Amino acid sequence: MAGINLDDSVMTTRLDSVVNWARKNSLWPLPFGTACCAIEFMSMMASRYDFSRFGAEALRFSPRQSDMLLVLGTVTNKQAPVLRQIYAQMAEPKWVVAVGVCASSGGMYRTYATLQGIDRVVPVDVYVPGCPPRPEGMIFGVMELQKKITRESLSARKEHVERFYQSLARQEELQKAKGLSQYQVVREMVLEAGAQGGQQIW
Amino acid sequence: MTPTFSPFLPIMLLFLIALGVGAAILVVSGKILPGLLKPDNPQRAKLTPYECGAPPLQEGARHRYSVKFYLVAMLFILFDVEAAFLLPWAVQYKTHLWTFWAMLSFLATLLVGYIYAWGKGALDWER
Repeated sequence: MAGINLDDSVMTTRLDSVVNWARKNSLWPLPFGTACCAIEFMSMMASRYDFSRFGAEALRFSPRQSDMLLVLGTVTNKQAPVLRQIYAQMAEPKWVVAVGVCASSGGMYRTYATLQGIDRVVPVDVYVPGCPPRPEGMIFGVMELQKKITRESLSARKEHVERFYQSLARQEELQKAKGLSQYQVVREMVLEAGAQGGQQIW
Repeated sequence: MTPTFSPFLPIMLLFLIALGVGAAILVVSGKILPGLLKPDNPQRAKLTPYECGAPPLQEGARHRYSVKFYLVAMLFILFDVEAAFLLPWAVQYKTHLWTFWAMLSFLATLLVGYIYAWGKGALDWER
C-alpha cells in the first residue's frame, strides 16, 4: 500500500484568511445615496453591470442588515451626524466606500455647508474618484475593498470600529455638556480636529 | 420465541429521529454557532430605533398612540363598505326597481349611525 502524502490532501491556513475570504465574498451593500452617484449605483446593481457577480447580491436599505456602506454623493454638514448614526447602526464588521469626489473630498462643493470629505466623520476604506464615477469605477473600488479585506487582520478591524464608537460616545458627551444640536456638535468636533492639524474626528 | 413489535414502531422511531434532528439544527444554528461566529458588540447607537439616521422620536414601535386612530379606522371601514355596496347597486338598479327602496332604507339606517357618530363628536379630530 502506498504511503499517504498529507501535503496532497490536507490544506492548512490561518483563521483570518478563511474568515476574510468569507467576508469579502458576502458583502451586503447599504447605499447612502445623496446625489448623482446613486444613479450610477442603480446602473451598477442592474443587469448590465451586474454587481451581484462580486458577492454583493443583496442590497439592503436598513443598516441592521448590511456591512458595506456606500456613500454616493454630497454630504452636507447637517447630514454628517446622520451618516455617523447610520454607520454606527450597521452590523459588524463593516466597511465604507466613498463613491465620487463629493463623498471623498467635498468635490466641487468647496462651501461652508458641505462636509469636505466623509472621512472626517466616518472611517473610509476605499475612495472612488469621478464625478460621478462610471459603474466600472465603482466595481473596481469594491474589488479593491475585497483585496483590502483579504489582507486585514480580524482584531485590527474590531479596534477600527471600536475607535469610531469611542468618538460617538465623545460626541454625545459634548452634546450634553454644551447643549448643542446633533449637527452643531459634529461640526464643532470637525473644526476642533482641524485646529489641531488633523482632519478626522473618529 | 422471537419478540414481536408493533408495526408502528418504525414510524415512532422515524418521528423521534425527525424531532431530534430538528432540535439539533435549531440548537446548533440558533445557539452554538452564533456564539462562535457572530461579532457581539452592543452599542447604544446600534440599539436605538433606525429612523434614517435621525434621532428617534419615540422609544421603538411599542409606544402608545391615540385611540382617535381606532375610531377613525372604524368609521372608515363602515362607510367604505357602504360605498362598496353602492357600486353594484348603481349598475343594476334600473332592472330591479325595488332595490332602489331597499338601498334607500339601507342608506337611511347608515345615516342614523352617521348622525349618531357626528353627535358624539367622533368626527372632530381636535377635542
